[in-house]
Amino acid sequence: MAGLHKSEIENPVLNWIDSRLPVITMLQKEYGVFPTPRNFNWFWNFGAIAMVTLILMIVTGIFLAMNYQPNTALAFDSVQHIMRDVNYGWLIRYFHQNGASMFFIAAYIHIFRGLYYGSYKAPRELLWIFGVVILLLMMATAFMGYVLPWGQMSYWGATVITNLFSAFPYVGKYIVTLLWGGFSVDQPTLNRFFALHYLMPFILVGVVFLHVAALHITGSNNPTGVEPKQPSDTVPFHPYYTAKDSVGIAIFLMIWSAFVFFAPNVLGDPNNFIPANPLQTPADIVPEWYFLPYYAILRSVPNKLLGVCMMFGSLLLLMVLPWLDTSRVRSCTYRPTYKWFLLLWVLSFIVLGVCGAHKPEGVWVVLSRLATLYYFAHLLVITPILGKLERPLPLPESITDAVTGRTRESH
Amino acid sequence: MRMPRFLIAATMAAGLLSVPAMAEEEITLPKQNWSFSGVFGTPDIASAQRGLQIYAEVCSNCHAMKQLHYRDLEGLGLNEEQIKAFAATFTVPQGLNDQGEPKEGPATPANQFRSPFPNDIASRAANNGALPPDLSLIINAREGGADYVYALMTGYADPPAGFTMQDGMNYNRYFPGHQIAMPRPLTDGRVTYTDGTPTSTDQEARDVATFLTWAANPEMAERKAMGVRIILFLLLLSGVTYAVKRKVWANLH
Repeated sequence: MAGLHKSEIENPVLNWIDSRLPVITMLQKEYGVFPTPRNFNWFWNFGAIAMVTLILMIVTGIFLAMNYQPNTALAFDSVQHIMRDVNYGWLIRYFHQNGASMFFIAAYIHIFRGLYYGSYKAPRELLWIFGVVILLLMMATAFMGYVLPWGQMSYWGATVITNLFSAFPYVGKYIVTLLWGGFSVDQPTLNRFFALHYLMPFILVGVVFLHVAALHITGSNNPTGVEPKQPSDTVPFHPYYTAKDSVGIAIFLMIWSAFVFFAPNVLGDPNNFIPANPLQTPADIVPEWYFLPYYAILRSVPNKLLGVCMMFGSLLLLMVLPWLDTSRVRSCTYRPTYKWFLLLWVLSFIVLGVCGAHKPEGVWVVLSRLATLYYFAHLLVITPILGKLERPLPLPESITDAVTGRTRESH
Repeated sequence: MRMPRFLIAATMAAGLLSVPAMAEEEITLPKQNWSFSGVFGTPDIASAQRGLQIYAEVCSNCHAMKQLHYRDLEGLGLNEEQIKAFAATFTVPQGLNDQGEPKEGPATPANQFRSPFPNDIASRAANNGALPPDLSLIINAREGGADYVYALMTGYADPPAGFTMQDGMNYNRYFPGHQIAMPRPLTDGRVTYTDGTPTSTDQEARDVATFLTWAANPEMAERKAMGVRIILFLLLLSGVTYAVKRKVWANLH
């Protein structure tokens, strides 16, 4: 039987399948016995949580698409039809609507984990880059999804954000026309945004697959940032981390449900309950909370083109972080100085988020400029220089040593 | 021609950011105690039914509620007969007759709530240029929700000395800019409640805000009841998964 996989699965039916397509062997290898550092803390839950969220978003989204009308005359009413007439439509829609926020919460914590414990460093650079691509795709998907209910904030948010591309010299106007499918946000815009909003999650699934595939080549980082060296440093993924991830997923679903059932619109904007009206601009055009830090960066720069470049740059810069960070120590646990600069960077991100929610006047302008300055200075100046200057704490010899409390004497 | 459109966008953005700064003087809405506030609160059905009466007798002269159908009133505690009888008191468009001409007839439970005007232009023409907004979602569409509606209904007053009013406008303490086209809709004794509840302006405002809260979120009672069960289930699930996790990890040293 040349060419058949030598399956070790005992069940005859599964063995028959596995011999011809060794998916069960693969699952066993990648999610069963897969050696995983034994010292993960709870921050390591958020990859699995984000994965579950993506799946739930796709499932709820498919059901919404069955009842939604991507037509400027019908879209707003079709969403209300889902909320009022479709069986459990309100449940599906509120899960999907709040799911966008929950997805970003999971992703942001997951990214923070990667930053704090140096998960982006060699040999995990490509894994990290896929992660940044996932973030960008999430943002594009979320933005287009927000346009679909065709409320006032959908319409005006789409107008403001698509207009950003007009800042690019020469090509800007072509990009904007292409995004709109015409000369203003209108029917073609809504139609293509719906098509793309349906398509992108599946591209996201593809990139997530690459992200996970790359992870399974390098193996996971861990809170010490020291690679596993001996069998006692790792545990099989199942049952250890399937059990631990289940706890995180259950708690995450509980928080998600709290929003869905008790405060479904608290993260939204009242203006989006008013049907889109191209002739009436709302008093404030504010993006969803997960975009606020980037919005603040955009507005902190007096020059439009520079502001747009810095907004996109703030994300794209993350892709080259593995080469900006010159320190060979991964985990901030052993980087006594950099740790505080990184936490300050997180604070600057939060401050930018708060600034993004306020009108750019008075103290908010000053604050957002300071935070923007630090956001970039941290990545472009502090991270490269401090990596060379900092004297890290002694690293544990192995993960087992770290867990049992021993550290290396010399360094 | 890159600049013009960009300039339009920039000017628009600048306009957006500066206009509200001028118009807003931070109106604080008094917080009311609502039957539907809090985790377990749901709209008081009797109050919402009285609110429906106010909508039918007062608000619906100018405001549509297009997202609602008469059949939805089942959620407000009306039975099939009551809904049929209530719907039949309204005349609504009923498609075309045998000659292909638009025809009207008494509403059935399947019909949308009757709209006072056939379209926005007719509505503006009849309302001194102002467009009375659709009330289906008004609670969700305004900062403050029911508190806002209550404040607006009870916020009519004489303009303070020196405040210049435009023609045909009315002073309201809680409306942004204080000038509202809508004349004071609710007064003491504006309607006569069938359940004998006294009809003070305050009571009427409360009832109509409760009705509109139900109308904007008809799923609220079901949603909150289900939410309690789901959260309890997930609490239990978290506990069980945590116990399993402890057990699995216990043999690791």
